[in-house]
Amino acid sequence: MTATIPALPPLASFGGAIEFIFEPQSSSVTGGRKVGGFDQAVELALNQLELTLLALAVSMVVALPLGLYLGHRGSGELLAVGLGNAGRAIPELALIAFMAAAIGVGWRNVTIALAVLGIPPILTNAFVGIRQVDRAPVDAARGMGMSELGILLRVELPLAVPTVMAGIRGATIAIVATATIAPLAGVLTLGDFIINRNVYGADGLLAGGILVALLALALEFTLAALQRALTSKGLKVSAA
Amino acid sequence: MIAAGLATLPLAAAGEVGEGFFHERSSETLPCQATSKLFCFDWARENIGSFGTPTMQHLELVAISVLVGFAIAFALALLAHRRRWLQPPLLAATGVLYTVPSIAFFFLLLPITGLGRDSVIVALSAYTLQIIYRNTLAGLANVPDAVRDAARGMGLTDRQILWRVELPLATPEIVAGLRIATVSTVAIATLAVLASGGGLGVKIYAGGNLTFKTSIVIAGAIAIAMAIAFDLLLLGIQRLATPWRRAAEA
Repeated sequence: MTATIPALPPLASFGGAIEFIFEPQSSSVTGGRKVGGFDQAVELALNQLELTLLALAVSMVVALPLGLYLGHRGSGELLAVGLGNAGRAIPELALIAFMAAAIGVGWRNVTIALAVLGIPPILTNAFVGIRQVDRAPVDAARGMGMSELGILLRVELPLAVPTVMAGIRGATIAIVATATIAPLAGVLTLGDFIINRNVYGADGLLAGGILVALLALALEFTLAALQRALTSKGLKVSAA
Repeated sequence: MIAAGLATLPLAAAGEVGEGFFHERSSETLPCQATSKLFCFDWARENIGSFGTPTMQHLELVAISVLVGFAIAFALALLAHRRRWLQPPLLAATGVLYTVPSIAFFFLLLPITGLGRDSVIVALSAYTLQIIYRNTLAGLANVPDAVRDAARGMGLTDRQILWRVELPLATPEIVAGLRIATVSTVAIATLAVLASGGGLGVKIYAGGNLTFKTSIVIAGAIAIAMAIAFDLLLLGIQRLATPWRRAAEA
């Protein structure tokens, strides 16, 4: 190894981590300035949330129309599904590190890097979701004189909501998780507690883990509720 | 060996915490290291050997995590296949483990397993559970009832039906789950360096230095190659395990 290794932090305790989240603690490296505490935790959490939603929005703008269109046309399976498979192989740390080192740090670049992670699952699921829609209602809609766009938005999309939303949820989990290492590229998120551990100490490390986990779960529950709200009643009946 | 995988973690991400970080660069600097080129071949030639140990560590992390995850998820799926009432709670429980980001999971285990490889393996295994569990259960559920009835009519017991009929027919879906889990785990395991778990992340984040692109590119490329290799290996295993499918395709 080329690096000097800082001593392992002592084992953290959940009590200490909870204290860290609510009450600023003194730190040995900040020259007396206290670190942690509720205000900082909230600020970093909001940063991470903002970064996540921003990146998610970018990936949705890119991937949803394309996935829905290809699904409706029934072509481009290789692109839509292949990209989804390839996307899983992108190593998160290398992606963020490469972005920071080769292109530069900052909000815009990190957002782009995270959006790259979000695009494959959204694209694949939008495509698969639309493709799986039963052909009979689509033919019926066409027979009734609906436009192709109308068929896509008012027949196919409502029927594909569960699959499309699953893709968005998968993308969200990947993005919010990777947003944790955004401090490596100059955007301070909850991961700061984890990455700058010699500032925050072992309690900060554990506190970071707790807060990131809670943020991810909160997002997932929100999207699950949104999915239930968006799924038509008819689909829920048939699923039950 | 694992302890050697500890990289200096701090990095001057924010100006205000810039001081207090220390990093030593390796020996002498090559000409192309100083420039901002994307890839420094001289450095790569000289240092490619140093990727061996992190690659092996990475391989080990992924293999152990996926095997542990598979053993648990497979058992849970068989249980839930028999006892339907277990399905919703198991789906929810594995769902939570899937949703908690691995990087957070590493540190949630801090008071229990501390920093290091054990925490990484626990977190990565927990991540794979739902993917494998869901696919196994779906595979078993997708076996046509007619096939099950025929097996029962031939006098097979429930246990024989499971192992000789249902599981073989569910193999493609089970392997599909394993492939997704393995490929994702290879990618996520790069984060193990943050929990002092070693692996290829060490070469991405080594020396507290994120700015050396060549090392990042090589480590990233090895990780992607490893994911593809695992994927092809599992696909090959599936083909060998389901010879009747090849016959049907031909």
